[in-house]
Amino acid sequence: MQDVNWIALIIFIAVFGFITWLGFAAANWRRGDLDLLHEWGLGGRRFGTVVTWFLIGGDLYTAYTFIAVPALAFGAGAVAFFAVPYTIVAYPIFFLVFPRIWHVCHKRNYITAGDFVRGRFGNRWLALAVTITGIVATMPYIALQLVGLQVVIGALGVSGTGLAADLPLIIAFVILAAFTYSSGLRAPASIAIVKDILIYLTAFAAVIVIPIELGGFGKIFAAVPPPKLLLATPGPNTTGAYSAYATLALGSALALFLYPHSVTGILSASSGRAVRRNAALLPGYSFMLGLLALVGFFAIAAGVAGPPEYAAGFKQFGNNFAVPALFLHSFPSWFVGIAFAAIGVGALVPAAIMSIAAANLYTRNIHREFFNRNPTDKQEAQMAKWVSLIVKLGALVFIIFVPTQYAIYLQLLGGIWIIQTLPAVILGAYTRWFNDWALLVGWAVGIAFGTGMAVAANLTPTYPLQFAGYTFPGYTALYTVILNILVTIVLTPVFNAIAAQRTPLDETVASDYYA
Amino acid sequence: MFEPSKKRGRWSWWYLLLLVQFVAVLWPPFYNKAEPYWVGLPFFYWYQLLWVIIGAVLTAIVYVATED
Repeated sequence: MQDVNWIALIIFIAVFGFITWLGFAAANWRRGDLDLLHEWGLGGRRFGTVVTWFLIGGDLYTAYTFIAVPALAFGAGAVAFFAVPYTIVAYPIFFLVFPRIWHVCHKRNYITAGDFVRGRFGNRWLALAVTITGIVATMPYIALQLVGLQVVIGALGVSGTGLAADLPLIIAFVILAAFTYSSGLRAPASIAIVKDILIYLTAFAAVIVIPIELGGFGKIFAAVPPPKLLLATPGPNTTGAYSAYATLALGSALALFLYPHSVTGILSASSGRAVRRNAALLPGYSFMLGLLALVGFFAIAAGVAGPPEYAAGFKQFGNNFAVPALFLHSFPSWFVGIAFAAIGVGALVPAAIMSIAAANLYTRNIHREFFNRNPTDKQEAQMAKWVSLIVKLGALVFIIFVPTQYAIYLQLLGGIWIIQTLPAVILGAYTRWFNDWALLVGWAVGIAFGTGMAVAANLTPTYPLQFAGYTFPGYTALYTVILNILVTIVLTPVFNAIAAQRTPLDETVASDYYA
Repeated sequence: MFEPSKKRGRWSWWYLLLLVQFVAVLWPPFYNKAEPYWVGLPFFYWYQLLWVIIGAVLTAIVYVATED
């Protein structure tokens, strides 16, 4: 422990102490009976525009985002910037679709996407498919938040051998588990406010102070090797990096709001209007994300890969160490403590929301659907609390014992899988036209092809689609969801004919979807 | 008894304004250049950052224009 950065560590611990207190105190915020699932799992649906902004932002802009996006820019250059068009196109989608989903879920007391699909299509197997996809896609994402936390703890110089090395992570986990159990969604909502203030502070400091130290943007970009500065121009007969970039952006945008933690964040809003307003306000975070991608370039220009004091960090964490190294290099110790606390708290907030979202899904759409059809409110809330705990524990065990690269692969697959719920959830919010079994088959085809294509591409996100002598490298998730939709369209009239005169089950009505 | 259906869940032409953002940023060949620089940032970067702002403004316009 002789390399510990004591000032930074003390501040880090102080911030964590504060948010621990806040997480428990949050149970009293807009007080409600936490033995009710919608109070524990959706904060009682009482979060107005501003709190929703912090919560969804805290949800979407995670520790992993802050570490991994700059790491990608540091390693691969311009392609990392896909995160910016991704968020630009995500918000119009959010604006159009999610108020409708909010309204129907509010009217019908749906807590999850699984509830919605069950009610809209009357098919418990389709709902189960959506539910399992959601849970499975969330798990590696939680694990990666813990990786973000691990990186900053390592960067503080805290080290040990064997399980002692993981002790800080375990402590953080215990804190997270405890306040999530006791306060539910109110805990990450309240902490998200603190986290975002810290993150904005850190991001602006990083984007103003560091370029000044490095001599201005001109000098920074001059230090970036030319192949990394822009997207590579495609060779003959291929759309190359251009189609990869655009499809990564569009596919990620479509998938983003299908994740259970996005749905939970949105459904906890107090009105459809709060949801719509956030579509215009959340882009504030996107700008910061763009700046963060640039931070990866600052790290190149600052030459943090060179100095021996960072070598151990890069060896252990790879390019994920770029941002911590840059901060250690550029900021005074006390600010390093704040910045790392921002990232660390930025891991806890989404991990909490993700585990709550997964718990909501299991409790409503697996346990209540298949095991105990009439739980009391208290039983339901209690089940969700336990599941949330188990999910987090699973993620912790995974991160401690399994190499990080596997979590990254699973996260990639998770993105490809979750987008397959788009027809049922997003298209389902507009029309009942699709046949529910056709949707299920479409989902299965999307999952199968998506997994196959990802494996064929060596677990990288893009697949080189070949057609008429041309190659179109593109995000596997986008290609397969299109296939999914086509299969569903083709099979809908077929299955409807086979089902003869069966009227489509739908417990929602048209007026449920708007105010 | 006649109740006009007004703006309930209705399509609005304002929504097409949201499409502008898609076109502006999903066509990389258009902005994959370094020139012109602005405050030292290559075009590729400041163009996309600018569209974050423009996109938010457009969404705000559509929000206000379609609010009940």
